[in-house]
Amino acid sequence: MMSLAQSPAAHKGGARDLKGALEVDLRLLAMIAAVAVIWVGFDLLTDGIFLTARNLWNLAVQTSVVGIMTTGMVLVIVTRHIDLSVGSVLGFVGMVMAVLQAQILPIGTGWNWSASLALGLGLGVVIGGAQGWWIAHRGVPSFIVTLGGLLIFRGLAWTITEGQTVAPLDETFQLMGGGLLGSIGAFWSWMVGAAGIVLVLVRTVMARRRRQRYGFAVRPIWAELLVAASIVGAIVGFVVVMNAYDRPRTDISQGIPIPVLILIGAVIIMSAVTKVTKFGRYVFAIGGNPEAAQLAGINTRLVIMAVFALMGLLAGIAGAVQTARLNAGANSTGELLELSVIAAAVIGGSSLAGGTGTISGAIVGAVFMQSLQSGMILLGLPTPMQNVVIGLVLILAVWIDTSYQRRRL
Amino acid sequence: MTSSPMGVGPLVEMRNISIHFGGIKAVDDVSIDLYPGEVVALLGHNGAGKSTLVKVLSGAYRANSGQILIDGRTVEIGSPRDAKALGIETIYQTLALAENIDAPGNLFLGRELTTPWGTLDDAAMEHAARQAILELNPNFTRIKEPVKNLSGGQRQSVAIARALHFKARILIMDEPTAALGPHETRQVADLITRLKAKGIGIFLISHDIHDVFSLADRISVMKNGKLVGTVRTQDVTQDDVLGMIILGKRPKIAA
Repeated sequence: MMSLAQSPAAHKGGARDLKGALEVDLRLLAMIAAVAVIWVGFDLLTDGIFLTARNLWNLAVQTSVVGIMTTGMVLVIVTRHIDLSVGSVLGFVGMVMAVLQAQILPIGTGWNWSASLALGLGLGVVIGGAQGWWIAHRGVPSFIVTLGGLLIFRGLAWTITEGQTVAPLDETFQLMGGGLLGSIGAFWSWMVGAAGIVLVLVRTVMARRRRQRYGFAVRPIWAELLVAASIVGAIVGFVVVMNAYDRPRTDISQGIPIPVLILIGAVIIMSAVTKVTKFGRYVFAIGGNPEAAQLAGINTRLVIMAVFALMGLLAGIAGAVQTARLNAGANSTGELLELSVIAAAVIGGSSLAGGTGTISGAIVGAVFMQSLQSGMILLGLPTPMQNVVIGLVLILAVWIDTSYQRRRL
Repeated sequence: MTSSPMGVGPLVEMRNISIHFGGIKAVDDVSIDLYPGEVVALLGHNGAGKSTLVKVLSGAYRANSGQILIDGRTVEIGSPRDAKALGIETIYQTLALAENIDAPGNLFLGRELTTPWGTLDDAAMEHAARQAILELNPNFTRIKEPVKNLSGGQRQSVAIARALHFKARILIMDEPTAALGPHETRQVADLITRLKAKGIGIFLISHDIHDVFSLADRISVMKNGKLVGTVRTQDVTQDDVLGMIILGKRPKIAA
């Protein structure tokens, strides 16, 4: 226990010893606990329907669209901005991809879906970058630019086909939506799980070695093992649940749905961006003190533009997933989704004042919101009442968070 | 020491610098210079143009006209990055720290150390930051906390360590002791004396005329954007300098 004695936390009281040794994010743990509480609560209220593999599998698919966009919204909010246009951009890009697939590109060729996907994602980047340019270079507040974007891209989504729905879509493309065949099965789910476990272990060992090289205090071994074991346990549990849901009328495991795989990819990449890249550091520096970031020689305008372009890309990806899931391009796809995305980020600890927010927190926020909604649907609550509950929970969650933060200072 | 030993040219010359914001001339045809190992104090009321003038040197503002010479050569300073590349470091009055980021992150902001894979090398930055900050302030312990949790003196240590870590040749200190208690103020004064001995040139902006008299070799006074004059500290009294600040009059024994 030498290393524990050296850590600064060792001078403080008992509970803090544990917290200091584990170096865990208490806020995130509290969020996960809140999710656990509503899961158990809904399970009791629905006589055990909520915590079935089938419902959790569906919950995961339903979370993916909002979750993918939330990873980008965290960065937008951290830089003290907002993006109200993501729902409309999702709808517009989805519509463009649907039109490309069903009406423009030759149907049945292997590159039909890939070309429409690539063009759609490119369009997302261009739209996001253009909004970022108005914000960073023309000084128009992001609230206004993206409010404009909300109207513009919803209008354009209608205009392309004069409001007509475009269907059907390419069969390979549909897999992105996680429909009946859109999962990777038991074997590949375990492979993904194994890759995740290797990643966690390698990261743990490397981070430890790097700190030891400079003689810094590291977590005691038991704490390191406990943290790693809980993450590995969560990964195994996730794969078990995804595999426990069989395709209807068969005993073939569904495994991880492709949209959830995309969400997992977005979470890993965006977490890495925020934690280990210069770009991520600059995003947080701009959120903490824009003037200081500029005086430190950071090209703050370029960073802001890049954040919005990235948000556009993620809205495009979410648009592909949502459109594939519906197997149709419809002009109302993604309506009001911007509000769910912002709510998830904020419940997950992103402060609208800027400078704070984590990807992991935001994803737990998205799961929390989706669980609430899914549970209320199972309980048969009418949609208007669901909105009332979600609105109240949003206010309550932010109030609890700000009072906790204030007390800690 | 005297300001211009034989054979050593000025480190910095700012010639005929003017900046206007809209119709207002914030700095009007001001020329100042700085020699190696010298402290030049800039004095004047709030709004006299001192901070604006040095921000031209640190790359935060661009002059509308005028020239900057470093080691006798004309340079273009278009951004804070250019200034840093020339060895000009600035400790801003506001400290210019990102409150939500820890001390190592602030110290290396814009100049991060990276691993061979191009990712941030936080351990290396923490190591270097610990050394740089502990050298200035041995009591500094909260190295991994966001700087918003630190005291005024500790934050000052981070800002100063950032300027010194990158081997500044020219240091701009804008009100470096404004947020500090008497003990920490004395530490900054000791630091300035040590840096002088290393041949670093320092522009010191201060309100505290006692500080200025004990530290500065020369004093440049500004009023309403214009340079009232530059005097050698040893040639004038505090009353002379106060007269320059308040009335804008040069004392009779001009240097």
